[in-house]
Amino acid sequence: MQTPKEIGAIQFGLMDPETYRDMSATKVITADTYDDDGYPIDMGLMDPRLGVIDPGLQCRTCGSHSGSCNGHFGHIELAAPVIHVGFTKLIRRLLRSTCRECGRLSLTDEESEEFRDGLTRTEELGEDWTDVLKSAVRQARKANNCPHCGAPQHDIKHEKPTTYYEVQDVLAGDYSERIASAMQPDEDDEDDAGMAPSTLADQTGIELQRVNQILSGEFRPVGDDRKKLEKALDVDLTEEDMNKLMPSDIRDWFEDIPNEDIVTLGIDPNRARPEWMILTVLPVPPVTARPSITLDNGQRSEDDLTHKLVDIIRINQRFMENREAGAPQLIIEDLWELLQYHVTTFIDNEISGTPPARHRSGRPLKTLSQRLKGKEGRFRGSLSGKRVNFSARTVISPDPTLSLNEVGVPERVAREMTQTMNVTERNLERAQQYVRNGPEGHPGANYVKRPDGRRLKVTEKNCEELADKVEPAWEVNRHLIDGDIVIFNRQPSLHRMSIMAHEVVVMPYKTFRLNTVVCPPYNADFDGDEMNMHALQTEEARAEARVLMRVQEQILSPRFGQNIIGAIQDHISGTYLLTNGNPHFSETQALDLLRATSIDTLPEPAGEEEDGRPYWTGRQLFSELLPDDLNLEFSSSTGDDVVIRDGQLVEGTIDEDAVGAFGGEVVDTLAKVYSKTRSRVFINEVASLAMRAIMHFGFSIGIDDESIPEEANEQVDEAIQSAYDRVQELIEIYEAGELESLPGRTVDETLEMKIMQQLGKARDSAGEIADDHFTDENPAVVMARSGARGSMLNLTQMAGCVGQQAVRGERINRGYEGRTLSHYQREDLSAEAHGFVENSYRGGLTPREFFFHAMGGREGLVDTAVRTSKSGYLQRRLINALSELEAQYDGTVRDTSGTIVQFEFGEDGTSPVKVSSNEKDGIDVENIADRVMDAEFTSDEEKERFLGRREPPTNLSEYAGPGLDKAQSTEVESDD
Amino acid sequence: MTEYEHVTEDVEALVEDRDIPRRLKLRIYDTIEEREGVSPAQADEIAQAVEARYLDTRVDPLDPVGTVSAQSIGEPGTQMTMNTFHYAGVAEIDVTQGLPRLIELVDARKTPDTPMMTVYLEGEYATERERAHEVVWSMEATKILALGDVSTNVADMVVQIDLNEDTLMERWPTVDNVDTVAQEIAETIEDALGVKTRRSGTVVEFGPEAPSYRRLLQLVEELRDIVFKGIEDITRVVIRKEENDETGDEEFVLYTEGSAFGDVLPIEGVDASRTTSNNIHEIHRNLGIEAAREAIINETMNTLREQGLDDVNVRHLMLVADIMTNRGEIESIGRHGISGSKDSVLARAAFEVTVNHLLDAAIHGEEDDLDGVIENVIVGKPIAIGTGDVDLRMGSIEASADDETDAAAPEPSDD
Repeated sequence: MQTPKEIGAIQFGLMDPETYRDMSATKVITADTYDDDGYPIDMGLMDPRLGVIDPGLQCRTCGSHSGSCNGHFGHIELAAPVIHVGFTKLIRRLLRSTCRECGRLSLTDEESEEFRDGLTRTEELGEDWTDVLKSAVRQARKANNCPHCGAPQHDIKHEKPTTYYEVQDVLAGDYSERIASAMQPDEDDEDDAGMAPSTLADQTGIELQRVNQILSGEFRPVGDDRKKLEKALDVDLTEEDMNKLMPSDIRDWFEDIPNEDIVTLGIDPNRARPEWMILTVLPVPPVTARPSITLDNGQRSEDDLTHKLVDIIRINQRFMENREAGAPQLIIEDLWELLQYHVTTFIDNEISGTPPARHRSGRPLKTLSQRLKGKEGRFRGSLSGKRVNFSARTVISPDPTLSLNEVGVPERVAREMTQTMNVTERNLERAQQYVRNGPEGHPGANYVKRPDGRRLKVTEKNCEELADKVEPAWEVNRHLIDGDIVIFNRQPSLHRMSIMAHEVVVMPYKTFRLNTVVCPPYNADFDGDEMNMHALQTEEARAEARVLMRVQEQILSPRFGQNIIGAIQDHISGTYLLTNGNPHFSETQALDLLRATSIDTLPEPAGEEEDGRPYWTGRQLFSELLPDDLNLEFSSSTGDDVVIRDGQLVEGTIDEDAVGAFGGEVVDTLAKVYSKTRSRVFINEVASLAMRAIMHFGFSIGIDDESIPEEANEQVDEAIQSAYDRVQELIEIYEAGELESLPGRTVDETLEMKIMQQLGKARDSAGEIADDHFTDENPAVVMARSGARGSMLNLTQMAGCVGQQAVRGERINRGYEGRTLSHYQREDLSAEAHGFVENSYRGGLTPREFFFHAMGGREGLVDTAVRTSKSGYLQRRLINALSELEAQYDGTVRDTSGTIVQFEFGEDGTSPVKVSSNEKDGIDVENIADRVMDAEFTSDEEKERFLGRREPPTNLSEYAGPGLDKAQSTEVESDD
Repeated sequence: MTEYEHVTEDVEALVEDRDIPRRLKLRIYDTIEEREGVSPAQADEIAQAVEARYLDTRVDPLDPVGTVSAQSIGEPGTQMTMNTFHYAGVAEIDVTQGLPRLIELVDARKTPDTPMMTVYLEGEYATERERAHEVVWSMEATKILALGDVSTNVADMVVQIDLNEDTLMERWPTVDNVDTVAQEIAETIEDALGVKTRRSGTVVEFGPEAPSYRRLLQLVEELRDIVFKGIEDITRVVIRKEENDETGDEEFVLYTEGSAFGDVLPIEGVDASRTTSNNIHEIHRNLGIEAAREAIINETMNTLREQGLDDVNVRHLMLVADIMTNRGEIESIGRHGISGSKDSVLARAAFEVTVNHLLDAAIHGEEDDLDGVIENVIVGKPIAIGTGDVDLRMGSIEASADDETDAAAPEPSDD
């Protein structure tokens, strides 16, 4: 058999036992693996004809060596047929619906026809045909006699997993006693006088003499007589007679089923015959599928499948011997059952009702079905998810000096991950240099490949020598160098921004380095997170990664159509400090702020200080990063209106709403209206400027920043006390039975709601009091206002009052009977007995408050744990269901088989990446008209581009290509 | 043009020629009108620039929109709360929210955990509280305990119901006579329990035919379950005054606990055009599959909005709703729905219940044509989506150019 180059289709079907024998490399008869010398036993389970696993040996069937030989099947001739457990339900169905004599389906030709049509129709519609099948079987089962040969049919009883009985109703042995007792008068019922034999004879129409004979047990009433008696006496005279069907009987039965009939039952006769579900030959998987491992002490440890096969062969052998010796039927049946058990567990070891086959250690064996099933099984574990080479994983750490497109790769990783370089005259010298540097030096090479296809490992010893041999047409596997493109990923990969392409910057030490602005898309932080890197191995892959996957191409999130990359945390505090209140800077300060950006000249000073020195404003410096023709107006999260006119920040504070990740206006506009490259440059520079700014001003937070003066504390206490009073009032009203319930609520619920409301208010007012005593310069306030980190609620809890702790959205009500803790009276409804924390974090919680707080905290933890698994499964299902959908050239959305799901994506064909959720389309006709009318284009090229007649320049690297990139400011760095 | 004074025929012709949707064309005309006319050249440039921008905002062909949508809904799922009970606008009615509700929706459960309806009213029913209450009483299931006091007299073996006159008048606003209502109630009891009743005024009495203590208690139990008025599934109705989004007027809106969409629509006073249920199957049964699709979109959007995640683009929800309703009936997302009915054996096996799918495939002699995504991942072939869906054909440009000079126009190629 030849291995196909490309798989066109995969057919599924059952295999004919003859085919098993034909394709088998050997018959296996010995239940042993290796002999005492460690050689595989001939016709044993490790027969060398079944494939090779030891390196250096040759396969006795195909002649190839381990690694290139896929292995070959062998076979075991089973002493008696056994049932395949996977098909027990289908076997039952077939037994019930076909004739025991002629094997025909117990349906008339018309009925068959009808079901067959129904089957093809549902199949054409792509619907589930199991319903049609089931109704066909139900219909066939009803027949008492075969419509074809007229033979009476019996019911089939299935005892799980693999035993079948034919059930016949026969006259019970004690029929006379049953009749007699039914004729006796009922003791409880006075009206019942019993039945005399003569009455019985009258009622049934059976002669009196015969009735007497029946009563004395001389005559067996069968057929009609029995039914008449049963009817007259209202008694059951039958008992079930169970006749066990041996697998060989079933096999004979199924052989008679004609092909036409099984089509009606949804079986394809070309691919599967029902009798093949009863195994007579068992295929033995090749040794490559069940390799044995040699342990450290030289002992061999066999695979679970091998163990199971040993069992099967052993029993099989014993069965044959016993049968030949003419052992009694009982022993034969026992052995048969044992053989059935072993074959069953060989196929599936998790059948309910069957004890799983166990290893010596007591661990259940992993047999065929278990290998396929589940997350770590063959399908999900090995086929849908594959292991790869050229990947690396390590801890991540931040590096604000990198561009967001870059990733710092430790040198050690760069030396392992290689890129294939096709040597030509133009790069010959560089290639030779890489080889000369050897595998240990950086940028070196690990392997070379000669044109004749031979691969040579570059070692410290041979590198000099090898370097001289390198010629055009060779291939050199060189180390990663700066500017190479790699794929970077952090799990869980919840959206496409979890896997992005970065350009390599080789660095010392052992962590991957990231610019902090790419944390939001990866959802990464630096508390020990690890990330994976993959080096790309083909030119196509590298091109796709550069064009489609680079970080700057992913600035806009398709979820909400706005930027997901932008300034975060300290960047936002930095721009806030820089632009809020518009501070002044001297020339030195201004230059220092801008020194990490590409701006190398200062604008005209904004004015002069009193002493005559020129000064620049924060907004002015920020404006240097903006494109000259940017016009924007929006309101910031700080609350003021931001106005940007002709690239100058005229007024307003730059905070999260302006430059932040998750929809910062400026970044979003740059990415949509200008280019991805422009917005990448902007984000990088905003981050740099902000870091300089925050360092200029200095920014820290300590415990004293959350403390409020004593009088404020008193006010807070007062507010809480008055809330307590109001709660007490409510409780009194409630206890007096005068509380008016809200519509649809009980009085108890109403009370709870009102108390919660009061206590909520108490915390809010505590927050307000605290808030009044914080200055605008307070770092916590700055962070909360600018949206950098934290909220006013956090501040309230730190300085004012932590507030009500809740479990399940209610006040804490659990614990002891009628009370939460033994510190309180029973039925105490007060605030403090139900988890109200009146202290602040800064002030410190009392032990009881701490306990309630821990209860609320625990609920949060449990919630998170449950949520991750639930939402993970939801995500998997959604992706599985929608993965085949694709937008087409005609704008429709179809799956891979061509079914149209939408005629136009999202009803208007608009891309969710380019248009945010809250706008209709991203097109500002007014603005376009303005620009065309005013015709303020600096060049024809710009106008062409504006009109869409010319494509904007593409940027593929930080180091090359048009646009604002490193190429502009520095020389193209040499590769070494 | 008739509507536009300043849009000349030349301008119109130029704008109409562009490949942009009508709504954008109209906006261009509006702009031109505002500027009191532009030259045809300028108009053409505006139209061209709009066209360029429009084409840029369209989805790219071969974009894997399915996966993107799935991720866009699944990813915020990690940020949702698990808290089942919370309030949806109406504090009086508990509604399943957050992740459990989202799961319920994509599972296409036959009945939601907490069924509810939002019933809008029309005409004077929407503006007058009295009339709105008429609708409430014809919807809310009225049981005996709401109508009066039930007392069991064990000595005489009778159940006595003392109906509250005011309640009767309130709940049967269309009937003037208390006697008529009481009679009606008595008859309902007779029909439901199969007993004879005696009525004097608002007091109704009945008992078991033969004196039996057990039967008496049983009757009382059964009596409590009888629905005298309204719809059995609707346990509670809350009436609220809200502002109409379209007209801006105030109107009464009813929120129900329990859902019986089909029974509510024909009730007089109910505005069937706006009334909704959170049971997508009921909507499907009564209004058809397109309405069900709309309901899925609205319900998922509301669920996300309640969690503050309404920045998720509706287009993603539309795609999910569309694939759920693609076959004309609601299919769930998962093993029992879309994933379980895929053509490919390998795709099904790779999702869930691996072994059974393989065994069934063998029996039915199925063939996997390897068209989809998962199958091709399994066999290690490029998948036909995105950049994998493009076939690049290489050949001599000169040779084909020669061929084409013979033909007047270039023939469209087969692919």
